[in-house]
Amino acid sequence: MKIVVCIKRVPDTESRIRVAGDGRSIDPAGIKFVMSPYDEFALETALRVKDAQGGGEVVAVTVGEATSAEQLRSALAMGADSAVLLKGQPTLDGLATARALAAELREQNADLVLLGMKAVDADQQQVGPMLAELLDMPCITVAASIAMEDGKVVAHREVEGGVEVMEAPTPAVVSITKGEYEPRYPSLKGIMAAKKKPLQEKDAELGESRIEVRELSMPPERPAGRIIGQGVDAVPDLVRALREEAKVL
Amino acid sequence: MANVLAVVEQRDGALRRISGEVVSAARQIAEATGGEVHALLIGPQGAGSNGGELGRYGAAKVLVAEGAGLDNYSPEVFAATVAAQAGNGYFAVLFGASSQGRDLAPRVAAKLDVPLAGDATALEVDGGELVVTRPVYAGRAFAKVVLKGEPRLVSIRPNTFRATDAEAAGAVENIGVEGDAASARVQVREVKAASGGKLDVGEAPIVVAGGRGMKGPEHWNLLEDLRDALGSTCALGASRAVVDSGWRPHAEQVGQTGKTVSPQLYFAVGISGAMQHLAGMRSARTIVAINKDPDAPIFKVADFGVVGDAHEVLPKLTEEIRKLG
Ligand SMILES: Cc1cc2nc3c(=O)[nH]c(=O)nc-3n(C[C@H](O)[C@H](O)[C@H](O)COP(=O)(O)OP(=O)(O)OC[C@H]3O[C@@H](n4cnc5c(N)ncnc54)[C@H](O)[C@@H]3O)c2cc1C
Ligand SMILES: Nc1ncnc2c1ncn2[C@@H]1O[C@H](COP(=O)(O)O)[C@@H](O)[C@H]1O
Repeated sequence: MKIVVCIKRVPDTESRIRVAGDGRSIDPAGIKFVMSPYDEFALETALRVKDAQGGGEVVAVTVGEATSAEQLRSALAMGADSAVLLKGQPTLDGLATARALAAELREQNADLVLLGMKAVDADQQQVGPMLAELLDMPCITVAASIAMEDGKVVAHREVEGGVEVMEAPTPAVVSITKGEYEPRYPSLKGIMAAKKKPLQEKDAELGESRIEVRELSMPPERPAGRIIGQGVDAVPDLVRALREEAKVL
Repeated sequence: MANVLAVVEQRDGALRRISGEVVSAARQIAEATGGEVHALLIGPQGAGSNGGELGRYGAAKVLVAEGAGLDNYSPEVFAATVAAQAGNGYFAVLFGASSQGRDLAPRVAAKLDVPLAGDATALEVDGGELVVTRPVYAGRAFAKVVLKGEPRLVSIRPNTFRATDAEAAGAVENIGVEGDAASARVQVREVKAASGGKLDVGEAPIVVAGGRGMKGPEHWNLLEDLRDALGSTCALGASRAVVDSGWRPHAEQVGQTGKTVSPQLYFAVGISGAMQHLAGMRSARTIVAINKDPDAPIFKVADFGVVGDAHEVLPKLTEEIRKLG
């Protein structure tokens, strides 16, 4: 069984985001880049499926600049068998990204394609279902866990107020959210082994990006709040403030 | 014709809260483009019986597509049905950024080969273009973007656009569904309701969130009591520390690797206010923090803070709120 995991290089969630001089992008100075957290969950899921199947192949794919090779190396160190870097400028237009991934996936013949539920930079939450449409594969989004059952993938999907158990025949596309498992840390052995694993580079077939960023700005500062008081004695004043000042009760 | 299509949602025959917000946001665009708002409601037989209600938010027409087996969301049937309708020359097509909308909108975008802006917090028509404001980097920045495609596909963040009254005809028109849920590749096997979760934290106008300072899942009754006192529009939330400890389900997690919420009122109880948590809730209108540490970072974003032990403050707060009736 062959599983392709799509991963993206994004700023670490602790990073301080600043707008660059052009007013349209972020200033990368001082930012640490990592694999998007949900993509780590997707990779962990892929590795677990491979183990449960008693074999198979896990391929990590990314669309990004040369620097994204770093995240592919992390994926290889975690346990992916090979990696593909589709070189191109990352874009806010998920459909362009999906197009580039689809071109690669048409050559991969994967049984399962896993993505993160969202990449924590643009927060678009769209590449998975777009990719599935382009490949004409069934797609399940926001799966907290998956299992393989004779030619089908069964996924537990988180929705408002509940969980939907969904199934689809493979080949299928599934986007992954945080489930029961923490992503594994690469072992020292894994890191050494990663250096010898194949990492292929190609040009990404992104096509035109059709989302134009006019302006990037910092969020409005929240006006300074205040401490109402200490302990239970402060509660009546808090309720009054919520009713009379904030008018939310 | 610069009409706007609002893709609305129902569950068990009742329109979901997001529906009024989507129609109102669509009306805001249609007023600028001089077009009409058409709402599109998909569901099982009888699902459209309340569709006419959408007239009150400004829908001139309510297109109802009823089909067998659509009690649950069937991604393939819904996507094909919306795509067929959206191709009819609309200026824009709006979805809610709910679980359903987040799944549906990208499929429709790919079918129509147009870009999609997800989770919009503001919309503005400027010189014939739709300018979409949307948070990026978990709300640590905001991007204004323009979509080069027709129709312009946008999903809107729940609780951000107000559902406002604007009388329109709300004329119900039945249309067909595309495809058949029974033969779709993706099938729902089972729907399990989450334990105790009534309203989803991502859509609730009031959120009561607990952190590690609650000291254990056995104390969650204190938060549940407060939620109940605040009424049916209130949902529970949690920090990641709590979810990672297995005290609460991930569906309740607020933050960068959980839900992004924008309620009118957010209670952070025993939550320190880590960057990743703030990312998910800093756009709440009013934030209340209850924490025993006066230096906890949560107080920097809170509008109102109480320094104290949650186990003492919560019962009193619940009592005072009950008094308001
Ligand atoms: C990649 C990544 C993603 C992350 N994503 C998220 C996310 O989505 N959401 C999220 O929440 N976190 C996230 N985190 C984790 C985040 O960094 C914090 O660890 C987490 O938010 C802390 O949870 P907490 O505030 O409940 O616990 P703590 O930080 O332990 O804080 C507990 C607070 O309770 C207070 N307290 C203790 N006892 C009492 C009492 N009796 N009464 C009142 N107050 C009391 C303490 O003073 C303290 O401020 C992420 C981290 C990483 C690295
Ligand atoms: N540039 C990219 N390269 C590879 N995979 C990507 C890229 N962008 C997004 N993805 C995948 O699509 C998922 C959803 O991303 P998004 O739609 O941007 O929120 C991510 O978690 C990744 O798995």
